[in-house]
Amino acid sequence: MTSQTHAARGFDRELVLTALADSFRKLSPRLQFRNPVMFVVFVCSVLTTVLWVQALAGHGEAPTGFIFWVSLWLWFTLLFANFAEALAEGRGKAQAHALRSSRKDVLAKKLASADRNAAITFTPSSELRSGHHVLVEAGEPIPGDGEVVAGAASVDESAITGESAPVIRESGGDRSAVTGGTRVLSDWLVVRITSNPGESFLDRMIAMVEGSKRRKTPNEIALTILLAKFTLIFLLACATLLPYSIYSVQAAGGGNPITLTVLVALLVCLIPTTIGALLSAIGIAGMDRMIRANVIATSGRAVEAAGDVDVLLLDKTGTITLGNRQAVAFHPAPGVEESVLAEAAQLASLADETPEGRSVVVLAKEKFGLREQPLEALHAQFVPFTAQTRMSGVDSDARRIRKGALDAVEKYLDGQGSHLPPMVRRLAEDVARRGATPLVVAEGSSALGVIELKDIVKGGIKERFAEMRKMGIKTVMITGDNPLTAAAIAAEAGVDDFLAEATPEAKLKLIRDMQAENRLVAMCGDGTNDAPALAQADVAVAMNTGTQAAKEAGNMVDLDSNPTKLIEVVAIGKQMLITRGALTTFSIANDIAKYFAIIPAAFATTYPALNALNVMRLATPQSAILSAVIFNALIIVCLIPLALKGVKYRALGAGALLRRNLLVYGLGGMVVPFLGIKLIDMLLVLCGLA
Amino acid sequence: MSKLLRPSLVLLLVLTAVTGVLYPLAVTGLAQLIFPRQANGSLVEKDGKPVGSALIGQAFTEPKYFWGRPSATAPNAYNAGASSGSNLGPTNPALAEAARQRIVALRRADPGNEAPVPVDLVTASGSGLDPQISPAAAQYQAARVARARGLDMAQVRALVARYTSGRQFGVLGEPRVNVLQLNLALDAMPAGSVPGRDAR
Amino acid sequence: MTANDILQVGLFLAVLLLLVKPVGNYMALVFADAPNRVTRFGGRAERGIYRLCGIRPDEDMGWKRYALAMLLFNVLGLLAVYLLQRVQQWLPLNPQHFAAVSPDSAMNTAISFASNTNWQGYGGESTMSYLTQMLGLAVQNFLSAATGIAVLVAVVRGFARRGAKAIGNFWVDLTRSTLYVLVPLSLLMSLLLVSQGVVQNFKPYVDVPVAQATSYTETVKDAAGHPQKDAAGHEMTRDVPVVTQTLPMGPAASQIAIKHLGTNGGGFFNANSAHPYENPTPFSNFIEMLAIFLIPAGLCYTFGRMVGDRRQGWAILATMLLIFVPLTLGLVAAEQAGNPALHGLAVDAHASALQAGGNMEGKETRFGIASSGLFAAITTAASCGAVNAMHDSLTPLGGLVPMWLMQLGEVVFGGVGSGLYGMLAFAVVAVFIAGLMVGRTPEYLGKKIEAHEMKMASLAVLLPCALVVICTAVAVLLPAGVAGVANPGAHGFSEILYAVSSASNNNGSAFGGLSANTPFWNVLLGLCMFLARFPLAIAMLAMAGSLAAKRHVPESAGTLPTHTPLFVALLACVVIVVGALTFLPALALGPIVESLLSATGH
Repeated sequence: MTSQTHAARGFDRELVLTALADSFRKLSPRLQFRNPVMFVVFVCSVLTTVLWVQALAGHGEAPTGFIFWVSLWLWFTLLFANFAEALAEGRGKAQAHALRSSRKDVLAKKLASADRNAAITFTPSSELRSGHHVLVEAGEPIPGDGEVVAGAASVDESAITGESAPVIRESGGDRSAVTGGTRVLSDWLVVRITSNPGESFLDRMIAMVEGSKRRKTPNEIALTILLAKFTLIFLLACATLLPYSIYSVQAAGGGNPITLTVLVALLVCLIPTTIGALLSAIGIAGMDRMIRANVIATSGRAVEAAGDVDVLLLDKTGTITLGNRQAVAFHPAPGVEESVLAEAAQLASLADETPEGRSVVVLAKEKFGLREQPLEALHAQFVPFTAQTRMSGVDSDARRIRKGALDAVEKYLDGQGSHLPPMVRRLAEDVARRGATPLVVAEGSSALGVIELKDIVKGGIKERFAEMRKMGIKTVMITGDNPLTAAAIAAEAGVDDFLAEATPEAKLKLIRDMQAENRLVAMCGDGTNDAPALAQADVAVAMNTGTQAAKEAGNMVDLDSNPTKLIEVVAIGKQMLITRGALTTFSIANDIAKYFAIIPAAFATTYPALNALNVMRLATPQSAILSAVIFNALIIVCLIPLALKGVKYRALGAGALLRRNLLVYGLGGMVVPFLGIKLIDMLLVLCGLA
Repeated sequence: MSKLLRPSLVLLLVLTAVTGVLYPLAVTGLAQLIFPRQANGSLVEKDGKPVGSALIGQAFTEPKYFWGRPSATAPNAYNAGASSGSNLGPTNPALAEAARQRIVALRRADPGNEAPVPVDLVTASGSGLDPQISPAAAQYQAARVARARGLDMAQVRALVARYTSGRQFGVLGEPRVNVLQLNLALDAMPAGSVPGRDAR
Repeated sequence: MTANDILQVGLFLAVLLLLVKPVGNYMALVFADAPNRVTRFGGRAERGIYRLCGIRPDEDMGWKRYALAMLLFNVLGLLAVYLLQRVQQWLPLNPQHFAAVSPDSAMNTAISFASNTNWQGYGGESTMSYLTQMLGLAVQNFLSAATGIAVLVAVVRGFARRGAKAIGNFWVDLTRSTLYVLVPLSLLMSLLLVSQGVVQNFKPYVDVPVAQATSYTETVKDAAGHPQKDAAGHEMTRDVPVVTQTLPMGPAASQIAIKHLGTNGGGFFNANSAHPYENPTPFSNFIEMLAIFLIPAGLCYTFGRMVGDRRQGWAILATMLLIFVPLTLGLVAAEQAGNPALHGLAVDAHASALQAGGNMEGKETRFGIASSGLFAAITTAASCGAVNAMHDSLTPLGGLVPMWLMQLGEVVFGGVGSGLYGMLAFAVVAVFIAGLMVGRTPEYLGKKIEAHEMKMASLAVLLPCALVVICTAVAVLLPAGVAGVANPGAHGFSEILYAVSSASNNNGSAFGGLSANTPFWNVLLGLCMFLARFPLAIAMLAMAGSLAAKRHVPESAGTLPTHTPLFVALLACVVIVVGALTFLPALALGPIVESLLSATGH
């Protein structure tokens, strides 16, 4: 993962140099035309250059040097904008490249049919089509995204997830999806390729970070309309200033009409160049942040929708609780020592390799110092869990120990000619009421007591849900547990609601019901039976370890297969929107100061009295105009890091968030240019340019 | 479109009848019934004949009359057929010049009165028909009128007070003196016994 | 500013706020979908009208049909006013025997009244017959206002309805606006006005002998209208004695009532509400001011009720007040400070118990500074355009306020209906920017604001701005435009800018010095008025159509609240910033520089 961390630093030399070169390449009118704001700057730059050439030829409407500097800084404005976009693209591409490098063209063993023993033709992976079958054997890379149709193998997916432990991939079930570029470590797989070249998730993702192919998201389109509107207003306000100025010269009986250079400078300063320049960079950076979080989104629209989510459906297991239940207490039956129960429970669990079984052993050791003994030494035999008995245990010469659910043990005891003491039933029911799972332990024909198995809620998860609530997002826990257990865990984890005894149908119905109330639902899932719900949800994150069906149904894939990622995805979506809004506000708020700089300067010869508006006391009309233009260009550069990193998102209510952002970017946007322009003006005076 | 045409046309006719005929007729009927004097122009009558309106000012230029607001109506001041202000801009030199001339005229009619002239006597009213002046403007002219008419200052003051109204309901608008009614009342008074006496 | 200045402004606001709820509630009942005690009251008459016109009142129109009906009805009304003016000499109720109005002036006036602008290039008492005033102008005063209310109600339904295809029935909305809202209120107000001295009769003008005969000098003209010259080449003059005064009469009160209630503003007499027969007392002035804001303010409450959240209505009203109050106080303060040009003269312009003082040029004594300044702010904040003082003679900063209030897009109260739907366009823009800043796809009143809404809102905000700057440029460039200017220097530019701003925002007031009854100005301003009115209304209806079809997004902690002081401040900022950014350069060359020059004594 060296290339990925390399790119993550963001501003390394190579990236910056490439971006610099790209800034010039992006000056082509065709590319500029895509962004109405920057296209106006482009036209203005060309115009001032022509004016400058005209001035060189001796027909200048203003001093040649002045036109030169204005023109130069207009070009800089454009280049800075291009640079921002190029840098964002570069970072995204580096990220994607790291992913893509893992999928070099390899020779795949293409099978004539889905049978392992079918005829093999060696085919370059780039020529594989959806529906082709390939055989991958130990040591070979998987040539493309697909689904395992036969075989089972351990696969190294570290190239994509960064997780070094190999994972099992096998046909059928929920672990059948494989990703191109990963490597089979042992055994073999027959894979049905599910994507055509250039259509895989990764390909789509790469296309999205490349500005030229990026489709605008709905909010971006709406924002572009707003920006175009402002641009048009300012275009009209500036263009009509020439006739006004001509009239004023006649009315005042002196002075000169405003020059084209000044008009153009005013126009560029007023139109929202800051946000216009950074708009596409913000979008690309949003996608880039997704990749950084190891989430591949299939569209920018999905990322944006993540910001709008009002309901999060979260699987209990793995998201809210640690993967497995753990033993937390022994409740002995009347007359039984707790240590006796613990000893029997430990014995019954020695061979039980499930995490639950392990936790019983560990608890017994912690509480009573009972050491693990090898089963062989005890001449005991492990009785595994079966669907019929629904119990597991151990049989030795002297002892027969069983542990299992209440009803299973009760049936077992009945079979032994005994019965379950009411006190043990009470104990078990108490445990269940607490939301934990009771395991009854029996030895011979008597019940020793109850082991309390508990779901362990992940640390810090409650706080995260509280944040969600503040953001207006409702969390719903999905679990197969009974309502009693579910309610207890829900209360402990602090989710707003839960769906107990969830079936795929119940999940789908829940999503539909929520959507009928016009809520935007996000969920994550991995199994094939999650696919309908994933397809229905507005934001659906499929686990990379999940089935191909799940991945196809979702609109994002989490390479880490971490269900908690949903929360991050929402934050990234919001951050992208906030960054756009903040910079738009900043951009427009800037204009106030620019007016105070330029208007007195523009009409200095006609109405010297207007100098009263020169509150910044800028040195000369020319330095005032130039300072505004330079500020306007430099602010773009200053804000590139913000555009790429995104405005820091805080989990606050909408009102508080707005107040904060308005204060920082609205009020800040009004004040900063007054200082900035004054400072630049002072520097210009120092440099003798004023 | 054609389906909309009939509703458009007929509704226009119906609403025209309601708002353009019925409504003004109803208002006229009620107004003539309840407020006949006001509805017919608040005319001031002398010997049963209208001699003006309490609401429409008239031009006065003789020293024996209180003068009203300068009027910018054309062709003559207080032309009630063409109400209008001067529309002179605040920085128009013509505005300051007009004010200067009005001060000159006022002082010529009242030699020796060097007091600053209340602003409403040197600025044209909005309608050109303003029936009133400020109490300050009346006070400024009172001595002149008393002298010209040979009246006692107190008599003139009393008369001014009679035609002065305060702010409506104590709050709205400004205190004001009705010039035409005041002047008509002056004309109706017998000539004073102590001519030429300076009322001050 | 004097204490009484502030007291008068405060009293006005207090009375207005007291009336908002009852009036707003009443209108909510009038436009409710379900029958109620209000609509049942006039049900018979209403149904009769619908039968006569072939209207199915239960037809629910999509936005396109609604817009088409609105446009068709208004164009027909416009043509009717045009024709009436062109043939008034042959029609009855023309006691002064006025001739036909010229084509360009008639066209301008027809658009002006149909678009709720009431720009008046003509002088009322010297141009229009009683019949033209009644059947043409007064009728349009009602119908243009009713159209504004109807369009607003349709737009509000767009926000209120969920997953709907239609936004109401234009004929019903129009008829109800007229019959339930405008006519009853006008009737009441007319009588109040008459009680104060506003004339209401069908008598010919009355000649009265004047108390003091005067005379004026006129140049002698030959048969062709050219001045005759004496032997020395001087123009010959003669003294004309003035022994009578002609008092104008007419059905003024009925027209003045609707002129204010409908934010029309077209005066019965030339001097408009400065005329003593049109606005005789401070109390009549108070009623007239109140009438201008009554429906626009009440509609805010109606809006809140219709969308099911009254706080939203109050928030919009608060936004309007937040912009209105400081600007009004600024205007009054500027006028009370007086005109520096008179400082050097022996003039007493100080406020005292005996006089209002301040800048009295163009103002009436009975109104003084407070009642005139407040009126000027109200009439331009709302797109009324009636004046009780001559705006051309306001101080530079005092004149800047009305001009800017218009340029803000007539959304601070604005025209009846049109002001609120204009403000809603701004709210959509504000919500969009703010919504992004809280990290969600912006939504307003539970409706997502997407590209289509943004397009329409932008169009609605942009259109008047564009018309003002472009048409001002045309006018200052062409000799025909500049020819109308009355005042020299920067103030001349202000006159042009004011006229175009007024027309392009359907206000109708003027810096009256500008001679605008010329073919050039009649055509240019006619165009402005038409384009500012109808395309904007259609854009808002289109937005309503798409909003109505949307589903309602439930509110959560992540939803941007749009009823809070924060949002009110933000919305006010958006309105002000758009207005400032668009017009600051133009204003700098007009009132701002004039003020600076005036202060330094140039």
